[in-house]
Amino acid sequence: MNAVDCRGLGKTYNQGSRDEVAALDDVDLTVEAREFVALIGPSGCGKSTLLRLVADLVEPTAGTVRVAGKPARVARRDQEYGIVFQQAGLFEWRTVQHNVELPLELRGTGRRARADRAREMLELVGLADFAGRYPAQLSGGMAQRVAIARALAVHPPLLLMDEPFGALDEMTRERMQDELLRICARAGTSVLFVTHSIPEAVYLADRVVVMSARPGRVTAVVDVDLGPRTEAVRTDESFFAAVTLVRQALRGNPAVGEGDPALAGER
Amino acid sequence: MKRHRRAVAVLAPPVVVGLLALGAWQLFVVGGRVAAYVLPSPSAIGAEFWSDRDIVVRVSLASGANALVGLVCGALAGIVAALVASRFRIVAEASIPVVAALNALPIIALAPIFNNMFATTSSIPRRLVVAIVVFFPVFLNTWRGLREVAGVHRELMDSYAAGGWAFARKVRLPGALPFFFTGLRQAASLAVIAAVVSEYFGGLQNGLGSRITSAAAVTAYAQAWAFVVGACALGLLFYACVLVLERIAMPWRARRNT
Repeated sequence: MNAVDCRGLGKTYNQGSRDEVAALDDVDLTVEAREFVALIGPSGCGKSTLLRLVADLVEPTAGTVRVAGKPARVARRDQEYGIVFQQAGLFEWRTVQHNVELPLELRGTGRRARADRAREMLELVGLADFAGRYPAQLSGGMAQRVAIARALAVHPPLLLMDEPFGALDEMTRERMQDELLRICARAGTSVLFVTHSIPEAVYLADRVVVMSARPGRVTAVVDVDLGPRTEAVRTDESFFAAVTLVRQALRGNPAVGEGDPALAGER
Repeated sequence: MKRHRRAVAVLAPPVVVGLLALGAWQLFVVGGRVAAYVLPSPSAIGAEFWSDRDIVVRVSLASGANALVGLVCGALAGIVAALVASRFRIVAEASIPVVAALNALPIIALAPIFNNMFATTSSIPRRLVVAIVVFFPVFLNTWRGLREVAGVHRELMDSYAAGGWAFARKVRLPGALPFFFTGLRQAASLAVIAAVVSEYFGGLQNGLGSRITSAAAVTAYAQAWAFVVGACALGLLFYACVLVLERIAMPWRARRNT
């Protein structure tokens, strides 16, 4: 069963009025179980809209979304996904621990089970020592790790991320990327990851979905096969080849599929 | 030790400035032979304050009780009104412009009218004035806080499929707390001012305001000033209490810089 299945997805804002905007048009997207898919494209290409359609935070005007085999609405009600935004969006009046517990609380999980799970998640993101702190006492990278712990608290099979590292400095960002890969591998989570950074998309993803703007469409899908990600990968020849491939796809250059034989392209 | 030193560093400058100002005042009055009806010297006011301390405390308690009862009632009414206005948009749209306009009125001017509505021995008119004065800042600030929810928090709660009640209890209400306290801080000072000033317009003569007017009427200027000092102390006490309450209610703010 696929983690995400989008068919013929379209979204037009203010439909029928004069300021009608077609954000997405006829998008097909699949995220397989345990797969890491990155969405990349220029601003206004509808990548965030696509993520919100999968999350059922926005309703499509055409097509269907299925998450974990269920309609998006049902999947949202069943908390089949965790979501992380560019802003950590922690609640400043809750301690780190209670922030992570929030989704469990809303699910009606018992107090003990909640505390245990939150501990486990904070352990996973390496912030167990900060459980009693308030968000105002955390750095940006730490806050974002708490947000990830919170998104994973209900053990969702799918993680949706909207430029989660966009506001972090480069060093923190790279460390967070490695941690994210480690966490998702351990928890067996599928990920749909929106970014505007080509190296980030290539480093993280099994598949990079390239989009174009006005209206938002999928223009290319680049398979990335770099094996297990280590520091060495960041400076490897094949990494740069993949980056180049994605860059060309973003520019609308039809060279996708050629080049390095390790990188097979579609479309 | 370090903490101690920091406290001294924070407190020392205003204390020094205050003492210097008092010294300058004393010099100005004594050296410039200023008449007592224009401005008594701080030492004269201090002496008067000390000899009348029992009366000052007693009348401060009377005014303080009026201010406190009015503050609590007005704040509660403000909170309830803000909850209703944030829950029912039509109520907010209809009432906010009216409330903003009323807020610009000098409510204190109603005091003599209220005095005629109740018995001359009643404390209700003054408490009513205080409650009305307090209502506006608490209502407007709390309402603003209840309305303001970060977009990311809204989306997050949507993603959890959280219901309206859970959203209100876990996001809206705690999020409005800082706004409420901003309103309450304004209201605490206003409550004391309203309680004292409303006594100027007659009614029961047991508080600071009536003492100030009667002392001034019999040319006991230093005594009048002693009661003014009492009013200042009362205002500061109210403000400090709200600050303490704020720290207790929002521990996440107190610990921000540790």
